[in-house]
Amino acid sequence: MALSLQSDSRAVDAMVPVPYRVVGRARETADTVTLSLEPVGQPIATPSPGQFNMLYAFGVGEVPISISGIDAGQRVRHTVRGVGAVSQALCAAEAGAMVGVRGPFGTDWGVDSAAGGDVIVIAGGIGLAPLRPVVHELLRNRRQFRRVTVLVGARSPEEIVFRGEVASWQASARINVRTTVDYATAAWKGEVGVVPTLIERVTIDPEVTTVMICGPEVMLRFTAAEVLGRGVAAERVRVSMERNVQCGIGRCGHCQLGPVLICLQGPVLPWSRVGPLVARREL
Amino acid sequence: MNTIAELIAEESFFQGLDQDSLDFLAGCARNVHYAAGDRILTQGEPAHTFYVLRSGSVALSFYVPGRGGVIIDTLGDGDVLGWSWLFEPYTWQFDAEAREDVAAVAFDGVCLRTKCDADAHLGYLLVQRFAKVMLSRLQSVRMRMLDIYGPVTPV
Repeated sequence: MALSLQSDSRAVDAMVPVPYRVVGRARETADTVTLSLEPVGQPIATPSPGQFNMLYAFGVGEVPISISGIDAGQRVRHTVRGVGAVSQALCAAEAGAMVGVRGPFGTDWGVDSAAGGDVIVIAGGIGLAPLRPVVHELLRNRRQFRRVTVLVGARSPEEIVFRGEVASWQASARINVRTTVDYATAAWKGEVGVVPTLIERVTIDPEVTTVMICGPEVMLRFTAAEVLGRGVAAERVRVSMERNVQCGIGRCGHCQLGPVLICLQGPVLPWSRVGPLVARREL
Repeated sequence: MNTIAELIAEESFFQGLDQDSLDFLAGCARNVHYAAGDRILTQGEPAHTFYVLRSGSVALSFYVPGRGGVIIDTLGDGDVLGWSWLFEPYTWQFDAEAREDVAAVAFDGVCLRTKCDADAHLGYLLVQRFAKVMLSRLQSVRMRMLDIYGPVTPV
């Protein structure tokens, strides 16, 4: 997992948003959209799966948003849930609108280091966004991995992000995909229950399994506990943490979680490092 | 072809039981199959059976006027279906329907209750196992009550 933008000279540039144009906008759920962005001039560096960018809605503000797609060329995709002024402004951006982009920041999932073994990707809600590039990479290099399992949880069937794509992963049978929701009517054909309940249905060879988890922090805790209970070492469990990231380069300290600066040493961290920290209140 | 005693010995739910207990349980058990769409349990009807699923998927649902059948939970391989046979008034609290073809081992609850009344040790071992299943499902329900995918801090 690489750290990015550490040197002072690059840090200056890292604080300047680069103009990107919205070239595509897809509605995922009632409050979530995926924006496709292309640089107007000089692009940012090519991101790795798991990293995030700071997206600037001009005149409104800036928020950290994980990268949900790394396309060939210089296009990046961001999946944004509109929950506040900035994220709602981003969600409202139509094709042709301009946004500012800083990044990419933070650590990545380290997909290469899982080669040769099994990989379990576990996503809750919009947590699938930073894991989507991981699934793409696993599919692209399928032969380098043994069993690949993707577990997806959401509040309801209508709130599963990338619904069509998840269905196509299931249909391809190249990877084992299971979906579960908290609430459903009889029309839903997936499972009902929380994500951790899916783990007991999955074959796990703990010595060779790498687990990547992203979702609400409560879900991370329950899910990591279930995975650890199946014998997977905490070092092999990676999670993506969300905190109040503002500068993105480890200067302002807003995203501090105990001794960890999430923007610099995260967002992807091994559970062995972050597990003891999230168990403490008010950190 | 495996005997029922061999089949249930493979299920994690029965792990740790001695051979005598497994043999007794097998005496109260039979193999059952349901086609996708078959109703297995009906809310309000007498509960005298429980099932250990060997394959397939089952939806537990509750009929809500105006909303129809709301799925409470889904169960799969190795899961235990039904615990109302163990507690008065021995009445199913939910509907259960096969969502795929289901193979299961069905246990005669009346036979087991009678035996457990006479053999407190076996009764304890069984109740311990059911309590573990209940705890796990209670934790899941509590987690769902947190509505973790619901509203978040505005940004």
